[in-house]
Amino acid sequence: MLPTPSTSHVPYARVYEPAEDSFLLLDTLSAPSETAFLAARFPSSSSSSSSPSSPPPLVLEVGPGSGVVLAFLTAHAAALFSRRDVLTLGVDVNRFACAATGETVRRAVRDDSASSSGGGDNVSVSGSGAGYFLGAAQGDLAGAVRPGTVDVLVFNPPYVPTAELPSMRQEEGGTVGYEEDSRLLALSYAGGRDGMEVTERLIEALPGVLSGRGVAYLLLCAQNKPEEVKARIRKMGREGEWRAETVGTSGKQAGWEKLQIVRIWRD
Amino acid sequence: MKVLTLNFLTCAVKTCKSSSDSFPLHPKDAELVSDDVELNPQLLVNLLPRIDWKALRTTSTELGFPELPEQPPTAEELEADEKMLKDLHTLLVETQMNEGKLVCGHCGHEYAVREGIANFLLPSHLV
Repeated sequence: MLPTPSTSHVPYARVYEPAEDSFLLLDTLSAPSETAFLAARFPSSSSSSSSPSSPPPLVLEVGPGSGVVLAFLTAHAAALFSRRDVLTLGVDVNRFACAATGETVRRAVRDDSASSSGGGDNVSVSGSGAGYFLGAAQGDLAGAVRPGTVDVLVFNPPYVPTAELPSMRQEEGGTVGYEEDSRLLALSYAGGRDGMEVTERLIEALPGVLSGRGVAYLLLCAQNKPEEVKARIRKMGREGEWRAETVGTSGKQAGWEKLQIVRIWRD
Repeated sequence: MKVLTLNFLTCAVKTCKSSSDSFPLHPKDAELVSDDVELNPQLLVNLLPRIDWKALRTTSTELGFPELPEQPPTAEELEADEKMLKDLHTLLVETQMNEGKLVCGHCGHEYAVREGIANFLLPSHLV
């Protein structure tokens, strides 16, 4: 089991606290089936000695919140991708989430290198399997990311059905306080109609954002009608171009918030 | 935000996407800080094919770093060139933009960078 990054420093009054959905992403991305898929998708010379490495994958997490998932992917890059040269980037609409993500990643990378080099005989040898964190930027989905560059996109969206969506911008001259914190938290969960309004915009953007070898991991809840979502994705582009499969589920809860992770990629 | 990030960012304004002037964004009043990171030659060699070299040359010059050669080195050349490895490592992996602005060469919009966090949220009239 790879350690879960610590998020004890994150201000949960205004940044989404890691919950069952975050942990389902960690479990899914570290499952043997997914690490095998990622290693085959982004081969490196260390995993298959005969051929040269493919370029380092760029991982983008949209809406990292506390940063727990992005920190996990960064700190354990070698274990998850079978290579260390992985670049990670976060974009969140909430500035506090960007700051929290940066801190969570830095701590996780530091803890990882401490645990892998501490106490052993080879203290001078760098045992770190951490990737390279580029930064976290404030923005709306992948709107500021250069088209066709993202190799792994991870999105734990605001998926709860709500009557309306919160504003992405703070009101002109708005104050900091309870109302502003509520708006920031609502951005992390309020998904509008079917809980899909934000996710639909991301899905529409995927063909432009992902590289040819790109793959997206999208979290959905039962109320998002995941079977319909997958069917719509499979109809994008040319026939048979896009694949969408469920690769992780949280079966423990039978309630309305039953969760799943859908992997989306071009064949 | 590492300087390498600028190779993956563009103007968030929809109508700028089709213009080549919207990439790379141009740093202005940039305050840089440097992290101490262990050199990983394999990372840099593997990165070469996915870097937009022309954009990187622009970024490098605009940030006041020594001019990069017009053509990117080949993997073999880079592996054998300790100075080039070190220079690229310093620029791409160690250097961070902490404060300043990123300016679109097409629409002129300035994105603020504060405490290492760039803000790409557009004012409502630009959405």
